[in-house]
Amino acid sequence: MYKSALIGLLSMLAVVMLPQDAQAEYADVVINNYADAAGMRPAVFPHWYHRIRFRCKVCHADLGFKFKAGGNKITMAKIIDGKFCGACHNGEISWSVENCGMCHSGVPGTPTQIHGSTVQRLVAPTYKSLDKKAK
Amino acid sequence: MKTKHFFLGVTMSMVMSLVLVNAEAAQPPLKEVKAAKGKVSGANVFNRLLKKDKQRNAPPPEDGIHDAANDGTHVLQPPKIAYDGLPTTEFGNYVDWVKALQDGLLRPRYDRFDPTVEPLVMDLDIVREVKASMPDVVFPHKPHTQWLHCSNCHPKIFIPQRNANVINMSAILLGTKCGVCHGKVSFPITTKSCTKCHSKPKPADWKPPKSEASLKNPWR
Repeated sequence: MYKSALIGLLSMLAVVMLPQDAQAEYADVVINNYADAAGMRPAVFPHWYHRIRFRCKVCHADLGFKFKAGGNKITMAKIIDGKFCGACHNGEISWSVENCGMCHSGVPGTPTQIHGSTVQRLVAPTYKSLDKKAK
Repeated sequence: MKTKHFFLGVTMSMVMSLVLVNAEAAQPPLKEVKAAKGKVSGANVFNRLLKKDKQRNAPPPEDGIHDAANDGTHVLQPPKIAYDGLPTTEFGNYVDWVKALQDGLLRPRYDRFDPTVEPLVMDLDIVREVKASMPDVVFPHKPHTQWLHCSNCHPKIFIPQRNANVINMSAILLGTKCGVCHGKVSFPITTKSCTKCHSKPKPADWKPPKSEASLKNPWR
């Protein structure tokens, strides 16, 4: 009797304690191409922070960032080589790559995404991906 | 028997959690909810599929995407501090970035190294007539070129030629054309932002379009 009551109690607590929907800043970009597999937290890019300091043109024209979350295949090797984030995060314009936890700060397992995008706000999927075959 | 105890446990814990929630938020007890209890099915709540009310500009450790267990998360700047004094909107980051830039409240660099480089601004409005009854779209090059470079949009996203681009709201909502940025990083498509693009009223004599066939032989 007590056991089943306890299970009931725990199940309700679980519902109450479960994490609520993410309330991250609009346009925070989570990049999880390789991080999870490498045992790192996914990188979170605060778009708002960077647009205060640089115009879109600097990263998206000069540095060649594509307008797609996870579409740039950024690796630490490229960053250390001075490409992508490494063009600024080199200890000269901004802090350098030793500060792992400043970028790799996402909740482990968070998929690559632009937080709060219109596609993410859709309640139901509007189309079927061509990659996946219908069951 | 067991099921009964299970439900007993569930109800007990529900009451407990309600007490907990009330204690945390220090809200007055909702009399209306109590009165309606037992009549309205829990399946028929309002906003069933909508996300919970958003806490605006949450600090990184509380935003659900940053890991609060990571030391670096607590070093990051909370957005509210950065947005202090910037003009506000009702969507996206709740900041009017274009106005902030034009008012000189932001000085983002146009060149990575040289803070004195000025952007190549083009002041040209493109009017796109909308077939339906919505006001026509005016695309202003000025705020876009203050932030972006021509090559960001042309020719890959928009062919720089009149009537060469087919744009519709579904394409934008799914993240193509204007939706490459709008709805991801720049102001999103909400019911509050329609008129930001659909800003040119239709001429006074405007009528909904009709096909050639129905013009020749109107229905009787």
